Amino acid sequence: MVTLNPEVMILGEAPEAFAPAPPRGLRHRIHVGRFVILLIAGVYFLFPLYAALHFALENDQGHFSFSPLRSIPGQPGLGSAFWLSMRLAGVTVVIAMGLMVPTVVYMFLKAPKLKPIFETITFLPIVIPPIVLILGVLPSSPVWLKSSPYLLALVYVILVMPFVYRSLASGLGAIDLKTLVEASRSLGASWFRTLWSVVMPNLRSGLLSATVLTLALVLGEYTMASLDGWQTIPVWIVAFAQSDGHVTVAVSMLSLVATWVLLTLIVSLDRSQSRRNLRKKQS
Amino acid sequence: MVNQLDALTSDPGALPPRDRSEGSARFAKRAWRSARTALPLVPFFAYVAIGLGVPTIVIINLAFRNSQGHLSFSNIKTITSSGQYLLGFETSLKLAAVTAIIPAVFGTLLAYVIATSKSALLRRMVATASGVFANFGGVNLAFIFIATVGTTGIASTFLAHFGLDPWNHGFDLYRITGVELVYMYFQIPLMMLIITPAIGGLREAWREAAQNLGASSWKYWRYVGLPVLMPSVLGSALLLFGSGLSAYATAEALTGGTIALTPIQIGAVLNGNVLAGETNIGYALGFAMIVMMLISVIGYVLLQRRASRWLR
Repeated sequence: MVTLNPEVMILGEAPEAFAPAPPRGLRHRIHVGRFVILLIAGVYFLFPLYAALHFALENDQGHFSFSPLRSIPGQPGLGSAFWLSMRLAGVTVVIAMGLMVPTVVYMFLKAPKLKPIFETITFLPIVIPPIVLILGVLPSSPVWLKSSPYLLALVYVILVMPFVYRSLASGLGAIDLKTLVEASRSLGASWFRTLWSVVMPNLRSGLLSATVLTLALVLGEYTMASLDGWQTIPVWIVAFAQSDGHVTVAVSMLSLVATWVLLTLIVSLDRSQSRRNLRKKQS
Repeated sequence: MVNQLDALTSDPGALPPRDRSEGSARFAKRAWRSARTALPLVPFFAYVAIGLGVPTIVIINLAFRNSQGHLSFSNIKTITSSGQYLLGFETSLKLAAVTAIIPAVFGTLLAYVIATSKSALLRRMVATASGVFANFGGVNLAFIFIATVGTTGIASTFLAHFGLDPWNHGFDLYRITGVELVYMYFQIPLMMLIITPAIGGLREAWREAAQNLGASSWKYWRYVGLPVLMPSVLGSALLLFGSGLSAYATAEALTGGTIALTPIQIGAVLNGNVLAGETNIGYALGFAMIVMMLISVIGYVLLQRRASRWLR
């Protein structure tokens, strides 16, 4: 009925119809089926968003009001929770990138045979979920580290590895790394300069999507932060939920919107990247 | 001398006779070279070993030690005989199964409907949305559902006007049915993300060939489409199973830790809610969790490998 081609799907061009259309009765049934599936999905996914928005814009008497939204900045404890989450996110991004970028670039360049090993290792944090990992981290870390919130940042680096590795690997797969590095080195640039001003600018979209995924994950992480006893934004939301439902839902909606904006950014970047690759292939 | 040997051995026909000491020198040289190549990778491997390897070993070690620190199976015995922990496993496995099977079926159907839709805008919007929703577990999701179908939620009060308040008809957001309903909100988009490439791998030529041979639409799906998609669907369902099994934040925020799920019980032990003498129970639960996750993830990897045969 319809061509299914990933490249067409990426570019968003209308697919061509090849096969003869099915008989009328059947076609009717298929259309009804499609409509029902889309309707169920639409209601299930969109109605809670509408309901939460409605709920967030309501005062205690059930009337429309911006007061829950307006009262967010002044809530006790939210400011320090926000600041802690931001610091953790910043430290996690710096460590994760500082560790992963040179390592993965080097591996692609000098030891591409190790790719399967890297793929397996970076898949392991999915086998050991956060609730289990924190169980092992707490008894095995030294006291001075356990009393610091940055223990969380160090563990978050492990948690984001699957996403960071995949973003970097797909970025590196799209450029001619070897030629770039050889050109840079033969012109006398140091390894650091080659990495910083030749490889990394070419890896922009991979780096950006790795950073954004890291930020989204760290800012929304509840399990480890709550069990380690630090009040980050999600921990604050749960702790505060008992006092005002409307404000809690308003904060939840705000974080959803923030995640949405961040991730939309990645998808659109990915699309422009793959379109560029496609054009390169065609020319 | 060794360098020359190296150059010569690249042509096996020109291999000169050599004694044992030259061979081992060459081996040492090669080992040294690969060690030097591996050197810059050491920080990464060390980080993973300390951050992931050590905690895992600690969990496994403590799972098999009693409260005096002696090797023992007492923790394993407790979690496999105590009603509370068995109930936790049972509820967790059931929750994981329900939130894997329904989203696997519905997610595949939805992904197919979207992938074959004529509207490019719809496809693009759904691609972005499923990326967002699949990452949207956690506490925010719990509160959005409380606003929707909580006791005073928008949908509940709306339905109550028609005498259809779900809370009067056996629904409870803060029990297992509620947790299942909420988990599907991130499981279905996750399924769509994983399965869409496999649906894209169904080649038009196969359908044409089947039609030219006189197959009906039903026969095409029965003998071509579904057998090709099946390994991907099953593999993805296993990944969803693991994701549903290990989720903690959403259930904790939704139920306040009152539901008997293994991750919630691990959290309770970590918060100190455990009987004296059973302090290592948490590690045994964690160990059981690792085993279950390993089984589902290995299954996923094997099935995905099987499925990749059909993908270009």
